[in-house]
Amino acid sequence: MTNNKKAKKQIAPRVPMPNQPAEERARNFEEVALGYTKEMAMQEAARCLNCKKPKCVQGCPVQVPIADFIAELAKGNVEEAYAVIKSTNSLPAVCGRVCPQEIQCEGACILSAKDQPIAIGRLERYVADEYMYMDACDLISAKPECPYIDEEKKVACIGSGPSSLTVAGYLASRGCKVTVFEALHEVGGVLVYGIPEFRLPKESIVAKEVGALKELQVDFVTNYVGGKTFSIEDLFEQGYKAVFVGVGAGLPRFLNIPGENLCGVFSANEYLTRVNLGRAYDFPNYDTPIMKGRNVTVYGGGNVAMDAARTAKRLGAESVRIVYRRTADAMPARHEEIEHAVEEGIILEVLANPIEFRDDGTGNLSSVLLQKMTMGEPDESGRCRPVALEGETYELETDLAIIAVGTRPNPVLLENEPNLKLNKWGYVDVNEETNETSMPNVYAGGDIVTGAATVILAMGAGRKAAQEIARRFGIEE
Amino acid sequence: MANKILKKERLIPGQTSKLVIDAPHIAAKAKPGNFVILRVTEKGERIPLTIADTDPENGTITIVYLVLGKSTALLEELNEGDDILDLCGPLGKPTELHTGGTVICVGGGTGIAAMHHIAKGHHNAGNHVVAIIGARNKDLLLFEKELKEFCPEVLISTDDGSYGHHGLVTDLLKDRLEKDDSVIEVVAVGPVPMMAAVSKTTEPFDVPTTVSLNSIMVDGVGMCGACRVTVGGETKFACVDGPEFDGHKVDFGELRQRLAAFSCHEKESFDHHCRCKCNDKQ
Repeated sequence: MTNNKKAKKQIAPRVPMPNQPAEERARNFEEVALGYTKEMAMQEAARCLNCKKPKCVQGCPVQVPIADFIAELAKGNVEEAYAVIKSTNSLPAVCGRVCPQEIQCEGACILSAKDQPIAIGRLERYVADEYMYMDACDLISAKPECPYIDEEKKVACIGSGPSSLTVAGYLASRGCKVTVFEALHEVGGVLVYGIPEFRLPKESIVAKEVGALKELQVDFVTNYVGGKTFSIEDLFEQGYKAVFVGVGAGLPRFLNIPGENLCGVFSANEYLTRVNLGRAYDFPNYDTPIMKGRNVTVYGGGNVAMDAARTAKRLGAESVRIVYRRTADAMPARHEEIEHAVEEGIILEVLANPIEFRDDGTGNLSSVLLQKMTMGEPDESGRCRPVALEGETYELETDLAIIAVGTRPNPVLLENEPNLKLNKWGYVDVNEETNETSMPNVYAGGDIVTGAATVILAMGAGRKAAQEIARRFGIEE
Repeated sequence: MANKILKKERLIPGQTSKLVIDAPHIAAKAKPGNFVILRVTEKGERIPLTIADTDPENGTITIVYLVLGKSTALLEELNEGDDILDLCGPLGKPTELHTGGTVICVGGGTGIAAMHHIAKGHHNAGNHVVAIIGARNKDLLLFEKELKEFCPEVLISTDDGSYGHHGLVTDLLKDRLEKDDSVIEVVAVGPVPMMAAVSKTTEPFDVPTTVSLNSIMVDGVGMCGACRVTVGGETKFACVDGPEFDGHKVDFGELRQRLAAFSCHEKESFDHHCRCKCNDKQ
């Protein structure tokens, strides 16, 4: 007891992350969080208790040896810390920025019960950013020389998001010849079209990670659509020995309420793709247009809703409201994103459910009718259900509505690959141990298996598949 | 993979051109009804264009476009030997081909080129294909020669009477439907009002009618829903559920409104482009 008390007293408060001031950043697309300095990182690392059986590692989908890297960092050994992270995580600069740490490593941190947990994500980001300038082969394999690539060990990845990039990094650093096929014109999947620049810089982070893979002779083929331009069978005929399917979740869900196809109602996918992939924030310098909106409403409570709302704010909206049918603390978004959004002036319109979009008589959205909700009894899952307050509705002026209520499986590849067995939700069925599908030597991972989830879970799945592919090639036990 | 333009033909100078593009990977898979998405410059927008013809043996596809805004103006600046930066396809569901009857394929304006590939598909499936094509005047009429290569009948109408029937394609269609009960399907590709009119014309005859929609698209592979259209009261995505739908069920009014959603931006972008070009010249 006395030891515990003593330990608790010694723990300093968490080192805050320096951010761009809210008022300033709400008008630009520069990254919000500025990153720790070495002093800050070492100070934060020194808070770690270095548990013998670190729970944080169990909380990490790719089992980064967190306590080990933090111990190195606390001593100022950034390079060693980097090597430790890289041993299991191929995209740490991305993960340090976009992982939901509070429900993973930081949520599992022993300190989180009574104190603030170690800022593991921020430390990971610091370490990764310090080494972004390193030689590509070092970046990927933590080895000073690029591996010899065996052209016979041909692997194809369909889709170029986080799961495929993980497969490519893992296998290329072990001498496999990997080709990544991407349907869009730019590589990166959700990292490029989905997550905004202010949360994940495209040039300095995503392009750099992709560049490192190119150094390892990973080929990227853009504008190639799995199921359309080529089939899985075509790939085997071309000599590929294994195929990884990482095509993402796909089709946006809508609310199925009247007025949803009015001009001014967008899916978050469309809104974000226009801005992120199409760089519509720089229209007309870039050709892809976007509607800016004066009074913007966003529907949903996840990270995508936060991204869309904060993007609308940056494009100059006068008011941005996130409409959510439960309370703010039930929102599934990362805590930091909600905090940042509120700091930037986004209004949380909670306990409200849209029932109709209305127009100005010309087909353009002008308002939304909302149903007031209240939190009811918990259901079987233990989560409280929102219940409509009979007769209590109100109308809110809005000229731009963005719907961020999730996705359904994209049929493009699946319809054309009837041998790929699907689960009851329409996603790809895989062996949990290996991520192999019903088709031999065809693996799948990420959102096309789980439905919309996180970058890190997709990477975990990619890693699992890559390990099995490596095992079958006889590269690993 | 270089997407080189092998042949460029200015069908209507300054307005409509035809490109034959080296794209063996697309030509090998493309079927009637499919479209491509392309991008001309690094800062360019993704635009969908229906494939007008393919030559799998020589590995080429043919597209025909109307210069409407900045993206098509940029495309028009390319010449034989130039590469198209990004070209992705074949996208969308191919035309459903039924056999054993007469199929009337109606095309209007640039839509005639897109209809050409569908008509060819119906011909190859063993149908008797009647093409009905229309334009404002004789000079704006496309693909008459190409259609005549395999269509036993090509009926023509012009708004001003300068060639063929003086009037609308729907006049010719109605006339034909009244006389001919072997028609198993009508296909229409062209401006929204034309496709709506064709669908209305065929309704009393109870002839299945297929229209190919040119909705606004961003990714073209089902990710964004920009192209959503109401068909029989249900929301469909033109890029993955279409682009061909039952003309009797499409909400054309909504389609027209949605097509105009970015018209101000399109004008702004085009004006910006023209201004920049003028400045470059000075």
